[in-house]
Amino acid sequence: MIRYYVWMGARSLRKNPVLSALMIVGIALGIAACMTSLSVFHAMGSDPIPWKSSQLHYVQLDNWDPNGAFTEPNEPPNQVTYRDAVALMEAGKADRQAAMFRVLMPLRPERREVKPFLAVGRATGADFFPMFEPPFRFGGPWSKSEDEQHARIAVLSRETNEKLFGGENSVGKRVRVKDVEYSVVGVLDEWRPRVKFYDVVGSAPFDDPEELYIPYSTAVEINLGTVGSNSCWQTVPAGRDAYLASECVWQQLWVQLGTPARLSEYTTFLNNYVEEQKKLGRFQRPLNNRLYDVNDWLANQKVVSRDVQIQVGLAFAFLGVCLVNTIGLLLAKFMRRSGEIGLRRALGASRLQIFAQHLIEAAVVGLSGGAIGLCLTGLGLWMIRRLDDGLKNVTHLDGPMIASAVALSLLAALLAGLYPTWRACRVPPALHLKTQ
Amino acid sequence: MEIRPILSALMRSKIALILIGLQIALTLAIVCNALFIIHQRIEKMGRPSGMHEADTFYISSIGFGKDFDVKRTYAEDLATLRSLPGVKFATMTNTVPMSDGGWSEGVQLKPDQTKSTAATAIYFVDEQGIDTFGANLISGRNFRADEIGFHDRNTQGWPASLIITKALGEKLFPGEDAVGKQFYMDKDRPPSTVIGVVDVLQAPWPGSKIVEYSTLVPEYTPYEAMTRYLVHAEPGRRDEVLKVVEAKLGEINKSRIVREARTIESVRREGYQSDRAMALILAGVIISLLAITALGIVGMASFWVTQRTKQIGTRRALGATRKDILRYFLTENFLITSLGLLLGAVLTYSFNAWLMATYEAVRLPWYYVPIGFIVLWLLGQMAVLGPATRASRVPPAVATRSV
Repeated sequence: MIRYYVWMGARSLRKNPVLSALMIVGIALGIAACMTSLSVFHAMGSDPIPWKSSQLHYVQLDNWDPNGAFTEPNEPPNQVTYRDAVALMEAGKADRQAAMFRVLMPLRPERREVKPFLAVGRATGADFFPMFEPPFRFGGPWSKSEDEQHARIAVLSRETNEKLFGGENSVGKRVRVKDVEYSVVGVLDEWRPRVKFYDVVGSAPFDDPEELYIPYSTAVEINLGTVGSNSCWQTVPAGRDAYLASECVWQQLWVQLGTPARLSEYTTFLNNYVEEQKKLGRFQRPLNNRLYDVNDWLANQKVVSRDVQIQVGLAFAFLGVCLVNTIGLLLAKFMRRSGEIGLRRALGASRLQIFAQHLIEAAVVGLSGGAIGLCLTGLGLWMIRRLDDGLKNVTHLDGPMIASAVALSLLAALLAGLYPTWRACRVPPALHLKTQ
Repeated sequence: MEIRPILSALMRSKIALILIGLQIALTLAIVCNALFIIHQRIEKMGRPSGMHEADTFYISSIGFGKDFDVKRTYAEDLATLRSLPGVKFATMTNTVPMSDGGWSEGVQLKPDQTKSTAATAIYFVDEQGIDTFGANLISGRNFRADEIGFHDRNTQGWPASLIITKALGEKLFPGEDAVGKQFYMDKDRPPSTVIGVVDVLQAPWPGSKIVEYSTLVPEYTPYEAMTRYLVHAEPGRRDEVLKVVEAKLGEINKSRIVREARTIESVRREGYQSDRAMALILAGVIISLLAITALGIVGMASFWVTQRTKQIGTRRALGATRKDILRYFLTENFLITSLGLLLGAVLTYSFNAWLMATYEAVRLPWYYVPIGFIVLWLLGQMAVLGPATRASRVPPAVATRSV
């Protein structure tokens, strides 16, 4: 029976092509607007590392100016100082810990045919790799002891390995950066987290990850500065050592804490650390440490832009208009068929059958609209990519979003179909036969 | 006007009233708010950067090798750049407006203030800085060549002479001429004196509150072996000069990487990319929304006309003219639209209030809603015109037939 109703629905769509087209286009546009904005919203805002996002915590300490917060009201700085990063790394009280900063590295390839180029690198500790889990293609991460030795080693991204070594296994080969030679210990596979969640301060959160990784201790030893954000509230005396000892914040520190118990232990440890430092005359503001997990940190840093949120709101209002529009048109369509419905009722069709038939017809409209809407969503995302290439990593449809598009269009069509269908059921069997 | 019979007819089929009214209401709310956002974005994009944008570009390089000497590189590069045919001016710089990356400092009027008076963007330039940027010096004087110093990791304090923008001058010294006044870039050091004021030179962050506050500092910045130059070409010769400069810088000094030059036009395009995207997306939403609403009205009105064919015929048979029928449907649409618009006005302001509460948006100017009213009235009348004309052509004889 259902198959028959589907067939009837499709047939009835063909009977009034203009009206049907209007309804389908309406639903399609509404779905496309919603799905396009939702896809971007979902890609920006969904958990980038769901299996351990609650274990990874971003460390914030309030070493800022006693006369004013880093950001009012009373937000601690969004990064930590070099001396605190090093002290906390050395204390090693978390399950894992990685301090990091962004560096610029002029690469000088061995191969003559490749011109020297400027790569964006990340200076970080050995724990970075097990914490954030980039996939390795060749080799692996470096070890803690290599961190301690300030080893001249590097992990390359897949693209960098492609450029320098044509994509072959380059483990053990050498890379020249400025005047320092690094030996390759690992090469990453394709790694493109939608949000570069480990570094959202002072860099575009939807950029690609870095092109190479070097040990933190090495970068400090060879005097590399950050090309990420750097903020100071005091005058920094001359010289590199003074800068490293200063209250300038330019380090990002992540810790991994496996259980809530570990989190509270670490919180206590951090509080004690700051209290100790207060005795030395640092940290003059009230105790204000933060240990946000990944999702809370991204929310705190407003990674999902307000434009995208407004777009989602507008898109749903737009879908609302399309739905009201479809209700009107479906109603018009069903009511025009009053005679036919009356006839079927008179011939013995039950209200339930009429209800099923018309609801299925509404569903056919919804699904056709949804299918076209899905194509339009693809087009919409492509247009957003064209308009703003900073969003290239967050304008892709994934499985769950396609499924939600189908579900949304069905839901929309049924919502729109409910009232007209109910009206159709109420057509009395005899009335319309009289005038025939 | 025969409003009462129309009203009573409407009341008999409230659903049509509700559906069209709701659609109109939502459309008004979305269109007004979206238009307002578009207007703000266009206004933001239209602000002058203070630069001569058409003929300028910047180019950076980063040196390597033990004997790479940044100070010498600056001198050699600038001498070469200024001697190239087609180059009008060239300066070193650390950043450019709209690039979204730069250096800011808090400045204050007295050394014992606990809070700074204003924050300003810093542009490190030399004596050709103002001309290369294309900024307009409105009072005081430019830097002299002998005033240009160096600012590296070991530098303490700031130069004695600075040039600031008019907006920063207004903020620091309201109502006075800033030239000759002093302020502190670093409270532990002697103050600097304003020697000149430029009309406009935006800070590098287009979305920031301090976008009009900039300070020009006469210093070369030999950080990390990085050099960056801004070049101002003769009118129309930018692209040609750009290629020559890219090649030439690599030739002068081989132990560095010369990065691709970027025109200020492309910096502007990228700097306002997300604003332009937002404006275009919203424009797309507005157009499709108006189209959907108009088509919805056409659909519903045709349905009513079909439904009421017999009544129309009866009225015609009873002496109503074609014009009366036409007027009936137009008036009916006007009434429905007006009711929808009233609800829409409430929705519009609620949506605006939500935006204000959640996103620190600005209050919607009063004239958006009346303009929206007029647009949607016209849209409704135009949409209903077709079906209404069809209704007016129903012959009186229909009344005598049974269907």
